[in-house]
Amino acid sequence: MAPPEASSAAFPNRYASNALRHAFGDVLSYFILLLIGVLAFSIRIFSVIKYESVIHEFDPYFNYRVTKFLTKQGIYEFWNWFDDRTWYPLGRVIGGTVYPGLTLTAGTIWWLLNSLNIPLSVETVCVFTAPIFSALASWATYLLTKEVKGAGAGLTSAFLLAMVPSYISRSVAGSYDNEAVAIFALIFTFGLYIKTLNTGSLFYATLNALAYFYMVCSWGGYTFIINLIPMHVLLCVVTGRYSSRLYIAYAPLVVLGTLLAASVPVVGFNAVMTSEHFASFLVFIIIHVVAFVYYIKGILSPKMFKVAVTLVVSVGLAVCCAMIAVLIALVASSPTKGWSGRSLSLLDPTYASKYIPIIASVSEHQPPTWPSYFMDINVLAFLVPAGIIACFLPLSDASSFAVLYIATSAYFSGVMVRLMLVLAPAACITSGIALSEAFDVFTRSIKFQLPGVLSNAEVDVGETSSAVVEAQNVAGKTDKPEETSKDRPSRKKKKERVHEEKPSTKAKAEKKRLLALPLAASVISLLLLVFLGAFYVRHCVWAAAEVYSAPSVVLSYRSHGRLHIFDDFREAYAWLRHNTDVNDKVASWWDYGYQTTAMANRTVIVDNNTWNNTHIATVGTAMSSPERAAWEIFHSLDVKYVFVIFGGLIGYPSDDINKFLWMVRIGGGLFPHIKEADYLRDGSYRIDSKATPTMLNCLMYKLSYYRFVETDGKAFDKVRQTEIGKKYFKLTHFEEVFTTHHWMVRIYKLKPPKNRIRGKTKKSKPVQFSLFCSKNNSDVHLQVDFNLLMLWQKTSSRNSSRSGAQKKNPWH
Amino acid sequence: MEKFWVIFATSIFILLPFTCNSFSLETPTDRRVLVLLDDFAIKSSHSSYFNSLRSRGFDLDFKLADDPKVALQRYGQYLYDALILFCPSVERFGGSIDVAAIINFVDSGHDLIIAADVNASDLIREVATECGVDFDEDPSAMVIDHTGYAVSETEGDHTLIVSADFIKSDVILGSKKITAPVLFQGIGHSLNPVNSLVLKVLSASPSAYSANPKSKLSTPPLLTGSAIALVSVIQARNNARILISGSLSMFSNRFFRSGVQKSGSSTKHEKSGNEQFLTEISKWVFHERGHLKAVNVKHHKVGETDEPALYRINDELVYSVEIYEWSGESWEPYVADDVQVQFYMMSPYVLKTLSNDHKGLYSASFKVPDVYGVFQFKVEYQKLGYTSLSLAKQIPVRPYRHNEYERFMPTAYPYYGAAFSTMAGFFIFSFVHLYNK
Repeated sequence: MAPPEASSAAFPNRYASNALRHAFGDVLSYFILLLIGVLAFSIRIFSVIKYESVIHEFDPYFNYRVTKFLTKQGIYEFWNWFDDRTWYPLGRVIGGTVYPGLTLTAGTIWWLLNSLNIPLSVETVCVFTAPIFSALASWATYLLTKEVKGAGAGLTSAFLLAMVPSYISRSVAGSYDNEAVAIFALIFTFGLYIKTLNTGSLFYATLNALAYFYMVCSWGGYTFIINLIPMHVLLCVVTGRYSSRLYIAYAPLVVLGTLLAASVPVVGFNAVMTSEHFASFLVFIIIHVVAFVYYIKGILSPKMFKVAVTLVVSVGLAVCCAMIAVLIALVASSPTKGWSGRSLSLLDPTYASKYIPIIASVSEHQPPTWPSYFMDINVLAFLVPAGIIACFLPLSDASSFAVLYIATSAYFSGVMVRLMLVLAPAACITSGIALSEAFDVFTRSIKFQLPGVLSNAEVDVGETSSAVVEAQNVAGKTDKPEETSKDRPSRKKKKERVHEEKPSTKAKAEKKRLLALPLAASVISLLLLVFLGAFYVRHCVWAAAEVYSAPSVVLSYRSHGRLHIFDDFREAYAWLRHNTDVNDKVASWWDYGYQTTAMANRTVIVDNNTWNNTHIATVGTAMSSPERAAWEIFHSLDVKYVFVIFGGLIGYPSDDINKFLWMVRIGGGLFPHIKEADYLRDGSYRIDSKATPTMLNCLMYKLSYYRFVETDGKAFDKVRQTEIGKKYFKLTHFEEVFTTHHWMVRIYKLKPPKNRIRGKTKKSKPVQFSLFCSKNNSDVHLQVDFNLLMLWQKTSSRNSSRSGAQKKNPWH
Repeated sequence: MEKFWVIFATSIFILLPFTCNSFSLETPTDRRVLVLLDDFAIKSSHSSYFNSLRSRGFDLDFKLADDPKVALQRYGQYLYDALILFCPSVERFGGSIDVAAIINFVDSGHDLIIAADVNASDLIREVATECGVDFDEDPSAMVIDHTGYAVSETEGDHTLIVSADFIKSDVILGSKKITAPVLFQGIGHSLNPVNSLVLKVLSASPSAYSANPKSKLSTPPLLTGSAIALVSVIQARNNARILISGSLSMFSNRFFRSGVQKSGSSTKHEKSGNEQFLTEISKWVFHERGHLKAVNVKHHKVGETDEPALYRINDELVYSVEIYEWSGESWEPYVADDVQVQFYMMSPYVLKTLSNDHKGLYSASFKVPDVYGVFQFKVEYQKLGYTSLSLAKQIPVRPYRHNEYERFMPTAYPYYGAAFSTMAGFFIFSFVHLYNK
C-alpha cells in the first residue's frame, strides 16, 4: 500500500504531492504490467504441468518441423526449401508458401539463447514461444487502450487480455501456431496506428509499418488490418475529422506496408493484385483527394472554392465512374471475383458450405454457437456494450477506432469460430474501458460522498479499494482531462500541460460532485464489479487448466478416480518411424499429414496445408471407394501404408468415420462417380445394419471395422452407439500391420500385386467363419466422454481454388 | 595355424556347391530339380528328356509323388530350384507338399513344369488353375483332330495329333526353326484372354476339339479350334516360369524318336519336333535364356559425374543403365533398340528411347521439364519371353532458388527507368522546394 502512505506523507505540499503521486503511479503501473506479463505467461503453462512439454495438435507440428530445419540449415536454405516429403509426388515449396514470422521469431530466440550459452532445445523454445508472446500481447493491449482511454483502462484491458480464454486456446505452451505471435502483432500494429494518430509523429508511422510487416510475416489475418485501418480512415474523413495526423498515420502505412508486404514471399504480388488489398488503395486515393481539397480550401477564398468544387466534382465524378467501371469489369472477369474463397466466405457466410467443401469441412470454419461466446470471452460479452457507450463519451479518433474494431470483429467472429480470436482483443479493450470507467465513476462518487475532508477521502479510498483500482483511478484521472480536448498537440506538450492544469481539477471536481452517485449504490456496485472480475478470473483459470491445455496428441480421461492416458497417436507414429522404410509413402486423411511428416518422418500424400484440392479429393475418393478401386488409386500414388483413426472402441468422437462424409463430399466434388446419396440411408448417416451397401463396402468402413467384432463379440461402436452393420469380412488388397493399444490408429499395408493371375474355374469352397472369442479387456470397457476433447481445432492455412473441370478419376 | 587353414579350406569346399549351385540373381539358371513321378517307369520311358536336362548340368532328384519323405524345403530353405511334376494322376502328394506349398514355391521365385494327361487328378488341375490355366473340366476329354491327326499304322481315334502352331518367339523356342511338327496326345486347356502373364506356346489346329473320344458327342464341345492350348508357359510377376502341358507322353522317348506325318500331307518327317521343342522350351523355363538384369542405374547432370540428390527444373541430365542377358553360363550384353526411360510424376513427362553401345550400356540425355515435384526415373521393359525389367528411382526436382532467376531482364528496363527517374525527380523537387525562396 505504497501510494496512500506516500500521498499522506506528502500532504502539506500539494504540488509536490501531485508529482509524487505521478511518479508512484507510473512505478505502480509498470509493476502491475510486469505482474500481468507473469500472469499471462504462467496461466498458459498448465499444459506443461498437467501433461508434458510437447507440441500440440496439427499445425504446430509443421511449424516445429520448419523451425528445426531453419535452425539447422539457416535462413537461405529455409527460404528455398523444397519439401519432397509432403504432397507426394507434387512436393511443396515451403519457403514460398509459409508465413515465416513465427518460425523466424522462434529461430531467433533459439539462436540468441544459444549464443548466450543457454542450451535450450528447439522444441523447448517452440513450446514457450506462445506464452512469451501473450505477455507481449497484453503489454501491447496496454499501449493501445492507454492511447484510447488512458492508463487505467489500459491496465484493465491488459489484465483482461492476459487471461481471456479465446486467446488462451491458441497460445497455451505447446500451441506453437501462427496466431500465437500474430495476435501480438495485430494489437501492436493497431496500438501504433492509434499512437501515430494521436501524436502525428512520422517516427511512430514508420514503426507502425514495421509492425504491420511483422504481422504480414506472421499470419494471413493481416488482411484484417489492411481493411480495418482504411475503414477507420474513411470513417474519420466522412465524419469530418480529417487532420494531418490522420494523413501521417495512414499514407506511410500504405506505401511502406505494401512494399514490405510484397517482399514476403508468400504474399508477393498479392499485396497489389488481390481484392483484399483494394480498399487500402482506394482510401489512399481518397485521402489524397481530401488532403488536396483541404489545401485548396486553405489558399482559396470561400467563393472561389465553391466554384472550384462544382468544377472538380462534375469532372471528377465522370472520371471516377469510368475508373470504377473498368475496375469492376476487371474484377468480374476472374471467376472468384478476385477474392479468395476464405475471404468470400467471410462476406457471405454460406459461400463455403455451398461451394467449397474443403473449407466447410474444417470445424473451426463453422459459425460459432452462443455458448462458445460465453466460453471464450465470458463476462466480456456483457461488458462490451458498456465499453462502446464509454467510447462515445466523448468520441475521439482513437475511441472511434475501438468501436469500429469491436463492430467488425464481432461480425467476423459470427462467421467463423476461428475469428473469435480477433474478437477477443477488441472485447478486452472495450471491456477494459467499461470497467475502468465504472471504477472511475464509483470511486469518485465514494470520494465525494464520504463525509470529512477531501484529503482523508483519498486515504479512505486507498484503503477500501484494492491497489489496482487505486492505480487505475490515479492514472485514469490524470489522463482524463486532456483526453476530452479534441485537438491534441504532441505528447511532450501534453505532459507539461497536465501539470499546469492540475490545480484546476479541484474546481472541476466541485462541479462533478453533482453527478456523483449515492454512497451505498457506489459501494455495492463496486463490490459487484469486483465479484464479476473474480468470476471472470475463476472461469479463465478453469478454462486454461481444464479445457484448452490438452495437447490432442495425448488424450486423457479421468474415470472412477483413475487417470487414463491415450497415447495412441505417438505410438502409431513411432511404429511407422521404426518399422517402415524411410522413403515409404503413407496415406491418411489430411488432418494427420503434418503429424506424420513431423513425428513419423514419412512422406505423406496430403497434409493440413490444403493447397491442392484435387489431391485431397483423390484421397477422399480412395477412402470412399471399394477396396479394389482404392487399392488402384493408392498404388498409382506409390502408397505403401494407409492409416485410419478409429474411435469406436473407446468412444473418441473425432475419428475418421465421423469425418467420412466430408471425404465423400470433397471426393465427389471432383470425381462425380462418388455420390453422397449412396452413403446415406434416407438422408441419415449410419453404419449399422441399415447402412447402404456402398457405405458398408467402402474402404473407410472396412479399414475402421476390420476385426472389430473380435473385441467384444458384438462389434458395438461406442461413438455411434450402435452395433456395426457388417461384422465379418476379409481384406483382399490390404493387410493390417499395426493397431495401437486402444485401437485409435489402425495402420494397413497395401498388398503387392498378385504374383500370378488365377484361372477362372470356380471352386465351391466351404465358407469358413472363425468363431471369435470375446476378450475381456479392461480398457475396452471404458465409456469415455470426450465432449471436452471435441474442442480441438484443425487449421488449414491456405485454401485451394476449386477446379472447374469435372473429370473422372485420372488414374483409370 | 595350419590346422585352421585346413578346416577353412575344407569348409569352403564343402560349402562351395551349396553356395554356387543354388538359384541366385547372379546365376539365374536352376541347378537342383526335383522330379515327382507317378511311378519310376517314367524315369526310363522318358529318359531322353531327363538326359538332355542332365547333360546341361541339372541335378535331377527323382521321387515318387506320394513318397512320404518328399519335401520342398527344410528349415525354411528351399532344397530345390525347380520342380517337375510328371505325376498327372496323383491324388495326394506325400510329405509336406500340397497345392499351397507348390504355389509358395513358385511365388518365391522357383520354376515349375507340369505335365497333365487324360484323367489328370483334381490336384494337378488345381495347381494349373492357380497358375492361370484351365484344363477341360470333363475328366476323360482329350484333344481330337480329325484332319490334323498323325498318320500311324492303326487308324486310331485321332487323339494323337500333330501341331506346328508355335508361338513366334525366338526367346522361348530358340533361334533355330523347329521344322518337324510336334506330336501330342492328351488334354487341352484354355486361357483367360485378359490374363497377360500366360502365353500359349503350342495351340491346336482350327479343326480340333476337346471331347471324350469313347463316347458319342451329345453336346457341342466347350473347347474348340485354336482356342485350345496344348502347351502354355507362364511367367509370374516375380519372373518365376511355369510350363504346363496337357500331355505327359509328348515328353516320352517314343514320341521323341517316332517319325511324324500329318494326315493329308505327303511330307513325312523322320523325327518328330518334340525333342527340339521341349528341350528349347525347358531352356527358357530354367532361365537359360531370356533372363535380363539391369545394373548400375546412374544419372547425373551433363558435364558432371556425381549423382545429385535432386535436380533443378530445366537441368540437362544423363541417365544410364546397363542391361545384360543370361546366356546360361555368363552375362552377355543385351542389345535392343526399344528400351525406354520415363521421367515420371503421375504421368510420364519425358519418354525417351535409350541408345545402347552394344556393350550393354544404355543411356539417354534429356532436359528436366519445367515442373517441380518428386519424379521417378522409370524403365518398364516388358518384352515377350524376357523377364520384365521394372526400375524406378525417385528423384526430387526443385524450382529455382531465389537467386537463380535472371537478374536484369530487358523487358523490365522501363520499370527501372521509371523508378530511377522518379527518385531523381523527387530529389530535384525537394531541393527546389527547400532552397527556392
